[in-house]
Amino acid sequence: MSTALNHFVSFQNVQKTYDGDNLVVKNFNLDIAQGEFVTMLGPSGSGKTTCLMMLAGFETATHGEIFVDGTPVNNLAPHKRDIGMVFQNYALFPHMTIAENLAFPLQVRKLPQSVIEEKVKKALDMIELPQVAGRRPGQLSGGQQQRVALARALVFEPKLVLMDEPLGALDKQLREQMQYEIKHLHEKIGITVLYVTHDQTEALTMSDRIAVFNEGVVQQLASPTELYEKPANSFVAQFIGENNKLPGKVAQLDKELCAVNVGSQQVRALPVNISANGDHTTLSIRPERIMLNPSESQCDNRFDAEILEMIYHGDHLRTRVQLMDRDDFIIKVPNASDHMEIRTGDRVTVGWQSQDCRALDAIA
Amino acid sequence: MTQNTSNVALVGPAAIAENHINSGSNDSSPDSQKAPEQRIRQQSLKQQLQKAERRNRIRAFLLVVPLLLFIGITFVLPISNMLYRSIDNPLISEKLPQTVSALEEWQFDGLPPESAYQALALELVTLHNNKDLAKVASRLNIEQSGMRSLMTRSGRKLNKAFNSGTEIASYPAIEVKAAVIKADKRWGQQKYWASIKNLSGRFTLSYYLAALDLRYDENGDIVSQPENRQIYVPLLLKTLGMSLLITVVCLVLGYPVAYLLATLPDRHSNLLMIMVLLPFWTSLLVRTTSWIVLLQTEGVVNDVLIASGLISERIQMVHNMFGTVVAMSHILLPFMILPLYSVMKSISPSYMRAARSLGATPAHAFIKVYMPQTLPGIGAGALLTFILSIGFYITPALVGGRSGQMISNFIAYHMQTSLNWGMAAALGGILLAVVLLLYVLYNRLAGINTLTAR
Repeated sequence: MSTALNHFVSFQNVQKTYDGDNLVVKNFNLDIAQGEFVTMLGPSGSGKTTCLMMLAGFETATHGEIFVDGTPVNNLAPHKRDIGMVFQNYALFPHMTIAENLAFPLQVRKLPQSVIEEKVKKALDMIELPQVAGRRPGQLSGGQQQRVALARALVFEPKLVLMDEPLGALDKQLREQMQYEIKHLHEKIGITVLYVTHDQTEALTMSDRIAVFNEGVVQQLASPTELYEKPANSFVAQFIGENNKLPGKVAQLDKELCAVNVGSQQVRALPVNISANGDHTTLSIRPERIMLNPSESQCDNRFDAEILEMIYHGDHLRTRVQLMDRDDFIIKVPNASDHMEIRTGDRVTVGWQSQDCRALDAIA
Repeated sequence: MTQNTSNVALVGPAAIAENHINSGSNDSSPDSQKAPEQRIRQQSLKQQLQKAERRNRIRAFLLVVPLLLFIGITFVLPISNMLYRSIDNPLISEKLPQTVSALEEWQFDGLPPESAYQALALELVTLHNNKDLAKVASRLNIEQSGMRSLMTRSGRKLNKAFNSGTEIASYPAIEVKAAVIKADKRWGQQKYWASIKNLSGRFTLSYYLAALDLRYDENGDIVSQPENRQIYVPLLLKTLGMSLLITVVCLVLGYPVAYLLATLPDRHSNLLMIMVLLPFWTSLLVRTTSWIVLLQTEGVVNDVLIASGLISERIQMVHNMFGTVVAMSHILLPFMILPLYSVMKSISPSYMRAARSLGATPAHAFIKVYMPQTLPGIGAGALLTFILSIGFYITPALVGGRSGQMISNFIAYHMQTSLNWGMAAALGGILLAVVLLLYVLYNRLAGINTLTAR
């Protein structure tokens, strides 16, 4: 119970099933501090939206408790929760003008007309769209609608805002711009945000912490840096960023170092979630951590490889090599003058430090 | 598909050409030489575009030709014919041409000139002899009661008094007048002459006037019918009132069903939809007569009410207005539910969720957010139900009894019994006008709605 009081939002052992057979959310625990920006990231059907809807009150948890500001909300109707929400399709009321849309939550709270007008004006100024007050949602562009939806969720000054893939319908450029806008708005107002997305860039850009979901279970809850640098298991490693996988068998396990047999060769790696010698494991190495033709002092893993393909990406060369009988090993070679002489078919040495090579659970 | 790509290909150069011309008009000196060449190019592009689109247009037209023909033959032609009949009035001007022309100068100031008497006598005798008199007499009788007997009687008597038409012409007009008034003294009254003059035109508004409880009086002015003969306006009002009542009943009953249909999970809503559509699989006649079985004085409903002790005497529930409203509401309910359903299905549940997350109670969210978005459906359903019910015939005819009769029953009466097709056509024309008026109103409302919604 103490955790529930310390944290602004707290999910405790929450479960959800729709049909009584399968759990969509399996034992979900999450604590969010006041003013924090937490993202739930995961592929579709992983249970993240269900968790959001349970917090908003549109779904009921079949087990466990949800606390907001120390109060259990399981039996509280959605309209009494005082939680702002931004929907994927914005859900702006099409028969009302923008100003009426923004005034709706204030009118429901029976604020005096003068206060409502003032707050609506302030909200429109905040999203820098004062000129659209009299228009209808259908007359606005996607980005404008998105901003209005955001303003509507904030105008009644809730302490918590939920966002359900709010940028999903925008094009790439606008999406990136809105990511920064939402991030800056969050920093300015200091409101608590729980955000749902399946877009990892979005999550990495905006969040204080990210909960990676898969099959109803939080795989890892960590800051963006930690998530990328130190993935806890192979799902996270694969879901966040690009990742080279090498399946192998643990040959020797120490505290800080392990040796893994991959094919006929042995790789030194950092043990993360392997427990004993003989375990199957997946080695995970980020493509940008692999060096071409390194010196012996630079890294403790060095192997021969053949270059199969090089794709020019501007700032780097995406290089596919044949390594340990696998032909899908990717190296990101920085676009520096000394690397430009490599050609397809060349035989090279590749290497990495054992600290960058994480021995994770085996992928079935 | 190829059509599309060629269109796309045209967009590029056409846009460029337009840009050039625009910039040319802005700073004329450098580009003015190029302009004619570009104009030619643009024109040829336009021609190409037209050519490409012409084929599409022809194909589209050919596709709708069968439908156009069908509508023309089964819909436009009969309706035009009906509207024509409602003003068509050939009989008097054809059969009494001389009388009509003799009455032309007459301004409803006392009795007509002697020449009119002479012409009438001549034509009455002619009509009496070629057996056309009855037809003319009954047409005039519609306008002025007593005209039938007046015409036939004076025709018979004048035929006896004068041996032939030529003989009438040889008498002085003043004597003919006396003879005509002697044949029937009603010819000495203005109103009988007025009825002939009022119907003398090739086309007449008299059917429409009658359908609106108006008539021409003996001075040729439009006045309302005496109160005891006013039936059509009250009937029209009653028809509109009953239709409105039926529409409201359908809306009240249909709205929740449509809402359930749109929001329930598929498994349940499919079953519900079958139940909504079930009436369409049963004959209209069966459905109507089954209401007679249910509602009659010795029927199931009365039995239940008596058995439950709610009433002590059996109530008349059918063959009156109540029965008509019940049966028609039942029959027209799907026409309300389906448009409502189609609109409700397109309303995303996230609107209600958004409203509730913003702090609205479920009821408030429903009234302020959901209902306004269903207005187009309410409009379409109500319009459909209302239009169908003001022209409904079979159900009021079967279960309407005396008080449940609607305007369509009187149209049928004039078509089948009184054989006054002009009157039936005028009543139909008024019904059509009401429907068109409603349509215009709805169009305006729906126009507003399409602006507000989506």
